Formats: sequence, structure tokens, C-alpha cells
Amino acid sequence: MPNLSTLFRAGAFLVLVAFLLQPQWFEPLLRPLVQENAPVIYNQGSLLQLTLLHLRTVAVATAAASLVALALAILVTRSSGAEFLPLSRSLVNIGQTFPPVAVLALAVPIFGFGEKPTLIALFLYGLLPIFENALTGLTTLPPSVMEAARGAGMTGGQRLLKVELPLAMPVILAGIRLSVVISLATATIGSTVAAKTLGEVIIAGLQSNNLAFVVQGGLIVATLAVLLHDGLQAAERKLAARMGR
Amino acid sequence: MRELRFDKLGAIIAALALGGALIAPFATFRANRIVAGEAKTLVESLPQPWSAAVLLVILAGALAAAMRSPAILRLVAAFAALGVLALGIGVAASHLAPEGNSYARVSPASGFWVMLFAFGLLAADALTRLRPAPFVRIIVLVAVLAFIGMLLLSGTWDGLSILKEYASRVDTFWAEARKHVTLALGSLAAATVAGIPLGILCHRVTRLRDGLLGVLNAIQTIPSIALFGILIAPLGWIAANVPGAATIGIRGIGVAPAFVALFLYSLLPVVANTVVGLAGVPRDANDAARGIGMTDWQRLVGIEFPLAFPVILTGIRIVLVQNIGLATIAALIGGGGFGVFVFQGVGQTAMDLVLLGAVPTVVMAFAAAIVLDAMIEMATPNNRQAEAA
Repeated sequence: MPNLSTLFRAGAFLVLVAFLLQPQWFEPLLRPLVQENAPVIYNQGSLLQLTLLHLRTVAVATAAASLVALALAILVTRSSGAEFLPLSRSLVNIGQTFPPVAVLALAVPIFGFGEKPTLIALFLYGLLPIFENALTGLTTLPPSVMEAARGAGMTGGQRLLKVELPLAMPVILAGIRLSVVISLATATIGSTVAAKTLGEVIIAGLQSNNLAFVVQGGLIVATLAVLLHDGLQAAERKLAARMGR
Repeated sequence: MRELRFDKLGAIIAALALGGALIAPFATFRANRIVAGEAKTLVESLPQPWSAAVLLVILAGALAAAMRSPAILRLVAAFAALGVLALGIGVAASHLAPEGNSYARVSPASGFWVMLFAFGLLAADALTRLRPAPFVRIIVLVAVLAFIGMLLLSGTWDGLSILKEYASRVDTFWAEARKHVTLALGSLAAATVAGIPLGILCHRVTRLRDGLLGVLNAIQTIPSIALFGILIAPLGWIAANVPGAATIGIRGIGVAPAFVALFLYSLLPVVANTVVGLAGVPRDANDAARGIGMTDWQRLVGIEFPLAFPVILTGIRIVLVQNIGLATIAALIGGGGFGVFVFQGVGQTAMDLVLLGAVPTVVMAFAAAIVLDAMIEMATPNNRQAEAA
């Protein structure tokens, strides 16, 4: 059912696509933000290309983080990995106190400038929410269900694939969604170490005192974040509804 | 006699520690700030009695980790190893650098970091297993910080390249430190003062709640560099057009937009947690308070707020840790803070300068998290009852 907020999001998506394909249409709107003769639309690269690169960086980092975090969470919730469980929880807490800028800056001497340190920082930073949620999902399963699965003669592997993971999936997906939203914003900081992301537009704006650049870069990232957040949430609800049947 | 058994996590920690001690280089020596460094092993880096002592403590720590041993022993072994590493790297710095040569740079190398990580893990694991009471955690934190402070004051680390970077910028370092703390704590204070009443209002007026939380949520999606940048314009306008604004320090660039941006980011956790905390107050408690004739105001101050306090404090913890990290971005718009060194260091590919900005930031965020977690635990009524029982 297309309600008001769905319509609003569809509208935001259309405006975003239009802006990325034909940015000059929006020139009059942004014109008041710049001094005379200054460029209004980012002119040192294509906004569409930067957006796609930004999304690619986030997608690669989140995919890698999801795989590793899920594998680790499965490992430490098996009986053979139980010794690691308490420490894993503390590490998630400690890891989240590390500022993203620090992680990014410290990755530069090891990996050089460009996309690599950004990917590493996004990967490390994205691990935490996914791992945390996967741990929560896998450790809070109803004992009666687990008992029933064991009683039905399922092996450990079968229980994991057919019972535990499907039941924990909504919480895990929520972690991935959180990770995507954080990564979208953090990837902009990657441009301080010369990664090709939308942060480039914002930083160019800060350096040349061009507010229109800052606003367009910021708004593209913010719109992407809102749309992806809501899209992933809708996908989660659909999945949950299908599993509920 | 009890059978000796291996500890899986400990075995990994021991392997890391031994690899760090015996295979990887302990320190890097560079003739000056720019040239490539030469790696030195632990034995090469330290004068004779020192290298043997450090190796002995590391080996003992690795052994304690690998075997099933009581948590308190593991904790002592971890802190001993960390302490020896901290002392050792300082000794290495004065040992490797030629006497009176102020150009030579000595910095910790991969082996040092690996061992630091391994024994840090061991300490974290032992502390997690011991589950110390909140005030014990704070005492441990203060002791660790005091030890670091002692090493800094005694000059043990003076030969390290990060402290040489510090020595050439003593004044700016403390000025930026002050700005960083002012930004992080000041915006938190402002967000608390504004956010708690807003949260109470949202709790009472449902229609306001959805709207306000929606707006605050939307603000969180704007990337930090952009929000800092966007605020330059309105604040610049205020500075130019509102009489007196410029004299109290409101400017288009600098501290003001950074402060406002951090304030805006901080509002959501404070307001949302106030709403959640107040919503979680048991109906019975409110009914009882009404029954004995308390006014709305008395009920708020005497019943609702104290019961919601731990949840509100959790919001404040989120904000404080987040703000300490985000304040580094302020450097990009001339707002100062430790980010100045981070971005300067990235620009000059000077790792030591990056560390000079990053290490204090991480230490501050970490310490803030420990202190506030302990405070939250102390403020949560269930725990108090559990301890009394």
C-alpha cells in the first residue's frame, strides 16, 4: 500500500537520480550558496561516478565485514569456541570506542593512500555492529526450540543452518543495516586520504570555501543513507513475514 | 596433582606474543624523520640485562596464558608483560639513538604492537572473567593511567619519535587538547541541558515525539564533514549580522560550527534515551506516587527521573564516546582538536604525528567509556539489590 512516507521516499529517490544524471537542472537552487563566478555544481569529476564509487566501497567493505563477522559469531557460539565468547563481547565494546578517523589514519602508513585504507577502516568498523547483533541473535534463541531440534536428531550443522541462522537472521540483518549506514557516512572521511568517494566533493567545498559543494556532497550521502536504511528495513520485514508463515 | 591443560584463547595469545618477541622486529631506527627505517629485533634493541629481563617476563606471560590458570594470575601476568613492554620500548629508544643526536628517530615496530595487542587481549579476557565491581574497574583504570603518566613525566619515553614530535609542539599540543576537550564535553553538556527537557516533553506529548525524533534521526544521517561544513554558512551570517555574536566567539569557521554540529549529533541519543527511560518507569510506581498526592513535578523529580536515570546515562555515554571521536573532524574546518595532528600527519605521511593525535583521542574515548559504564552499573537499581543480597 503506497502511503505517504513511501511516496516521499520514491520522490527522494527520483530527485537523487535526476540530480546525479542532470546536476545542472538544480543549479538555480544552489546558486545562492556560492559567491559570484564560483562553480555551483562539482566540476572536478562526475557526481554519478563518485556516488557509484562511494557505494562500491561501502558494498565491498560491508560484504567482507558481514562474512567475517558472521563466521566469527558462529565460531564463538559453538561449544568448542565457548572460551572466546566473553572476550568477544568485551572486544566489541572496546572496538567501538576507537574513532573512525583514528582507524583510517593509522591504516595509511600500512596500506598507503587511496581506497585501501578506507576499505580497511570501513571493514574493521563495520565488523562490530554485525558481530554484536549476530552474537545477540545466536545466543538468545528460545531454549525450547533448540531442545526440539536436538530431540529431532538434527546434527550440529543442521541445527545451525536450519534452525539457528534462520531464527537469528532478522537481528543479523539489522546489524548489517546499521553497519551500512555507518559506513556510508564514514566513507566520506576516506577522501581525506585520497579515496574516491563523495567526501571529495565536501572537502573540495571546504577548501575552496564553496558551500554549494559541501551541501550537494552531504545531501547525496544523507539521502543515500536514508533510502538504503529504509530499503533494507523493508526487505527485512518482508523476510520476517515470509519466515513467520 | 592437577593435570596441566591448554587454554585455547591463551594458546593463540601465547603464539602471538612469542611471534612478536622472537620473529618480528621490536623497534625501528631511522637516521632522521624522513628516511626509511631499519628494523631491530628485541635483542638488538635493548642493552644486555634488559633484553634478558624483557624476554623472561614475556615468556612467563605467554606460559601463564597458554595454560589453564586462575584469572587473577593471568591478569597479573598480562599487566606485568605490558609494563615491561612499556619500559622496554623507552630503554630501546635511548639505547638505539646515538647520544645527543636529535635527528634520529626510534619508534615501536610490528613486534612491539603485536605483543601489546596479545597481552592487551589477555588483560581484557582476565578482566572479563573476573567481572570486577564498577569501582574496582575505575581503580584499575586510574592505576594504568598513573603508570603511563609516570613514564611520561620520568622521561623514560623521551627518546621515542612520538614524544619528539610532541616536544617540538608542546604549546600547540595542550592548546589543541583543551579545544578537543571543550568541544567534546561542552557539546555534551549543552546537549544534556537541552536534551533531557526535550525528552521529558516528548514523553508527555506523543505527537511531538515522532516528529522531533524523526528530525534528529535525519540529522544523524548527514556525514560529519558535511554537517560541519554546512553550518559554516548560518554561523558566518550570524557573526556578521547579530550584534555581539562575533565578540563571544561565534564565527563561520572554527570552533563554533564544530560545537553546533557535535551538539546536533548528541541530541538524538540524549532525547531518545530520556524518552525510553521515562517510558520504562513501571506504571505501579507512578500510580503509587499519584495515590499519595504527589504533584506532576514532584513525581517527575522524585520518581520518574531517578528510575529513568540509568537509561539516560547510557545515552550520555554514547554521546561522550562518539563526541571524543568526532571532535577530530573539527580540524578540517579550523575547529582545532587532536584532529589537527592526525590530518597534518596524514598530509606529511608522518606516522608519528598521526599517532600524536590518535593515541590521546583513543585513550580519552576508552577512559570515558570505562568510567561511564561503571557509573551506569552503579546507578542501575537491580545491581544494587543484587550486591546487597
